[in-house]
Amino acid sequence: MERALFLIFALTAIVAAFNVVLRRHPLQSALALLVVLGALTGLYILLGAYFLAVIQVVIYAGAILVLFLFVIMLLNLRAEEARLERRPLLRWLAIPFAALLGVEIISLVRLFEENPIPSGTSVGVTESIGRELFTTYLLPFELTSILILIALLGAVVLARREGR
Amino acid sequence: MGLIVEAAIKIVIVFGIVLTFLAYLALFERKILGWIQLRYGPNRVGPWGLLQPLADLLKFLFKEDVRPNTPNPVLFTVAPILALVPALMTYAVIPFGDRIVLFGREITLYITSVNVGLLYLFALSGLGVYGIVLAGWASNSKYSLLGGLRSAAQMISYELTLTLSVVGVLIQAGSLDLVEIVRAQSGTYWGIIPRWHVFWYQPLGFLLFFIAAIAETNRVPFDLPEAETELVAGYHTEYSATKFAMFYVAEYANILAVSALATTLFLGGWNGPGAARAPLLGVVYFAAKTAVFLFIYIWLRATLPRFRYDQLMRFGWKVLVPLAFANVVFSSAMALVV
Repeated sequence: MERALFLIFALTAIVAAFNVVLRRHPLQSALALLVVLGALTGLYILLGAYFLAVIQVVIYAGAILVLFLFVIMLLNLRAEEARLERRPLLRWLAIPFAALLGVEIISLVRLFEENPIPSGTSVGVTESIGRELFTTYLLPFELTSILILIALLGAVVLARREGR
Repeated sequence: MGLIVEAAIKIVIVFGIVLTFLAYLALFERKILGWIQLRYGPNRVGPWGLLQPLADLLKFLFKEDVRPNTPNPVLFTVAPILALVPALMTYAVIPFGDRIVLFGREITLYITSVNVGLLYLFALSGLGVYGIVLAGWASNSKYSLLGGLRSAAQMISYELTLTLSVVGVLIQAGSLDLVEIVRAQSGTYWGIIPRWHVFWYQPLGFLLFFIAAIAETNRVPFDLPEAETELVAGYHTEYSATKFAMFYVAEYANILAVSALATTLFLGGWNGPGAARAPLLGVVYFAAKTAVFLFIYIWLRATLPRFRYDQLMRFGWKVLVPLAFANVVFSSAMALVV
């Protein structure tokens, strides 16, 4: 049962992820991304990480992706013309970065194969995540919030300059 | 296996009751609106108009399904489904009552209770906007598109207030689980005042939640996405027959869900005198409290004019959001003191 569900969610995520990249129309890409997020939610639930599962729907699907749709509709974006063709450098840069990402993924998988998280733990519960965020990972957590604040201020400044 | 069967039976019962009730909610709305405007309301089909929902259903099923000339026919069909499904999924976690013993088994009067129940509801309310936005886009009509865009902006803005207004309840109850939140509200202060969150210490949170919930469900006075005087019917201008019915049901499903949620979070859910001994009485209390909210919804529709769009945005961001933040700070301070 669990294995079958995993396969369904994983395959859906991979197929939809390809769609995100390969679709020409930005709206279709955005909707494919929504499917990816839905499949990831399923995977998180299978892992017992309920908090993560729900919170990523709230933030990514519920807020960020809606803003994507909003922008696509407001600007009335048409199917993307072959814009990337003009920048061959970006294409070649993609190869080393993809390789780097691949190495990172493989090493992470190795790491978890060596010391797996015992099943039935309550790592994914709201309480334990909150506790970890405010004790072990307090500094990165606060730094992230400052980063977001800076981005927010930057957006306000840019929007104001545009208005005048 | 028994657990799955039990859950399946509960799902069927809840959906049967909810869907029937939604049909009658539309009838009650028309009746009450009629009384407020000194009319009779629907009274032709069946005694007291009681068969009106059935007639409406048949009409929706047999009407011609008009399709606009759109480049996205698939999205046009999927959009109403995307609006309806999240609206119906909310009822999975709403606690209608405590638990009863039936055939020697203890049965809970809710479909499931999850550790992140409240966040699950917010996730669903975030997904609800897709149906409306995509309907606006896929209709290939300027009124629909404007309605969809307005709805997206409005729902994102008021979702912030909705989420922040509940933080106080979380702090006070100490749980995201809706059943736990209801349990935290049992008992009374000094033997008279019920320990509901609305009395102590979330009256502001309750008010903010209620206002944001009306905006979130696109109802009067925040019904700009379908403002008929300027946008024909907004995002569902091009929809007809069954697809229109889906939007219609989704709207009422959202209203009922939000009313039930307000009851659960702020008005003590199934709690009431004698409910601890007779759990079925708790269900009656729950239904009665929810009905009060539903009546207020309809009452507001008959009373208030519509906001202008800039007023709506200004009110949301400059009045409600700061108040919601103030309520979070107040609740945290109270949690430290009490």
